[in-house]
Amino acid sequence: MTSALDRLRAVNWRDYVVYFAFALVFVYFAITQSEYFLTTSNLTNVIIQAAPITVMAVGTVFVLATGEIDLSIGSTVAVAALVTAKVLESTEVWLLAAGAGILTGLVIGLVNGLFVTVVRLPSFLVTLATMGLLVGVARQLTDLKSVPVLDDSFVWLFGGGEIIGISILVWWTALVVFVGWHVLRQKRFGAHVLAVGNSPAAAQVTGIRVARVRLAVFMISGATAALAGILYSGRLQGARYTLGESDMMSVLAAVIVGGTALVGGKGAVVGALAGSLLMAMINNGLILAGLNVSQQMIVRGVIILIAVSLSLRAKKSN
Amino acid sequence: MSQSSPLALRGITKQFGAVAAIERFDLEIEAGEIVALVGDNGAGKSTLVKIISGLYQPSSGEIVLNGKPVNFRDASDARAHGVEVVYQDLALVDQQPVYMNMFLGRELVKGPLRTLDRARMAQETQALVTELDVRIPSPRAQLSDLSGGQRQGIAIARATHWASGLVLMDEPTAALGVAETAKVEETILRLKERGAAVLVVSHNLEQVYRIADRVVVLRRGKQIGTRSLADVEKNELVGMITGLVQ
Ligand SMILES: Nc1ncnc2c1ncn2[C@@H]1O[C@H](COP(=O)(O)OP(=O)(O)O)[C@@H](O)[C@H]1O
Ligand SMILES: [Mg+2]
Repeated sequence: MTSALDRLRAVNWRDYVVYFAFALVFVYFAITQSEYFLTTSNLTNVIIQAAPITVMAVGTVFVLATGEIDLSIGSTVAVAALVTAKVLESTEVWLLAAGAGILTGLVIGLVNGLFVTVVRLPSFLVTLATMGLLVGVARQLTDLKSVPVLDDSFVWLFGGGEIIGISILVWWTALVVFVGWHVLRQKRFGAHVLAVGNSPAAAQVTGIRVARVRLAVFMISGATAALAGILYSGRLQGARYTLGESDMMSVLAAVIVGGTALVGGKGAVVGALAGSLLMAMINNGLILAGLNVSQQMIVRGVIILIAVSLSLRAKKSN
Repeated sequence: MSQSSPLALRGITKQFGAVAAIERFDLEIEAGEIVALVGDNGAGKSTLVKIISGLYQPSSGEIVLNGKPVNFRDASDARAHGVEVVYQDLALVDQQPVYMNMFLGRELVKGPLRTLDRARMAQETQALVTELDVRIPSPRAQLSDLSGGQRQGIAIARATHWASGLVLMDEPTAALGVAETAKVEETILRLKERGAAVLVVSHNLEQVYRIADRVVVLRRGKQIGTRSLADVEKNELVGMITGLVQ
């Protein structure tokens, strides 16, 4: 009796709060907005709308789990999307274009990582600086002009395609979440990420290459941000310097609501997916309820505040 | 002395600028022997442990493991040579299960995808804690749910598992209560039974008498003496530590 009760108490409820919230919000909108909300096309639309955020959230789980932060993901989206669109425009080879986009993200991540590990600056400052720098680069790259994406294969693969009747963006979401979960939960690298985030000193003395792990998570974050940019340009059939502009906060909200600690040592990839879908569902429901963009931003801000408070309180009570 | 004792230190000296933290230190530890390292604060005990574990490079002198002179680049290099350290401030990861801590940096993997073999890590952890009689609820328990004594037990079990004959401990019971200290001392004595060479830094002379075979006294970096505990009175030991006996 007592042991069952103890076990129930030992469950960290915060780890599951995102799923309860998800169910609650779902039921709420299903009841209040029954007409449109529950249609398959609207629900698929939620996942599709969330796809870039979900993809970035997976990379961000790794960064936060290491105890770092990457504020430059939003501007990486724009730069990578523009590079991809430009390469596609000139070569008309989708593989080359997508490769160039991902490479852009990896290089940005490498630069962030080197400043954190070699120059030893806090990641908050480094990525704040690169964020500003990349906003400039994105504006400079095409002189504020948008670049159309017309290649059929590219648009199919990164935006409009379907496999067995399911949107390609749902498949991308599933793939990235699965790989992220697998690496964090089932690979040695994932264990090292969590160890570095939990106690860098302990990781160091057991022979884990702490700097290499930190470098790697920034490159992962850069790559997922770049993939998000590619998915945007595929879905919108064009790239623009404004892409990803307001995504950083959404991504952080999704990840933190999903149960990843802001202070490192803990990471939840599936939780981040749930967090991202929850945020998208709230957005979707608020739009259906007639709220405008400003009001949506206010609601999102409140959710982030609550999520961050919970995250830090959980740490203190440990 | 045998050619291949687990650890031999010859003329180890460590300068920090003008300060000599360790001066011409010599020591040989046999398998199955516990040597205590005692001395006042700042005597150089931790410095010596850090030199043997690769965190510091000696200014001069030689470290010989099993008859082979070694030169460690860093802590993981020393670890690769089978030198394991139990730190006072525990080098453990709180938010991970016990078995992950046991295999930290050396996780077991299985299959073509090289995924973590959690079951085997938990199983081997269970076997080890049973053998060393470290009582924990489960190898899958999160480390933060264990007491200080249990954690130090885990740190020692980890060192035992990976050490190839030499375990260093820097004040392993400094942060523990009486009962927990007794438990950790039992664990250290089990290491000895298994034939490990143990160098343990301690502030507690009663403890030194309880567990060690020999004692080395350091005072301001100088090696004042190395005695068998059977031949030395506690008063004399205190004198050596404080400087009343030359
Ligand atoms: N990294 C370092 N740089 C300079 N001096 C040091 C360093 N580490 C230790 N020392 C000095 O070496 C001496 C011995 O310190 P330590 O080995 O920590 O002593 P103990 O562990 O016996 O208390 C002290 O005077 C200390 O200030
Ligand atoms: Mg010390």
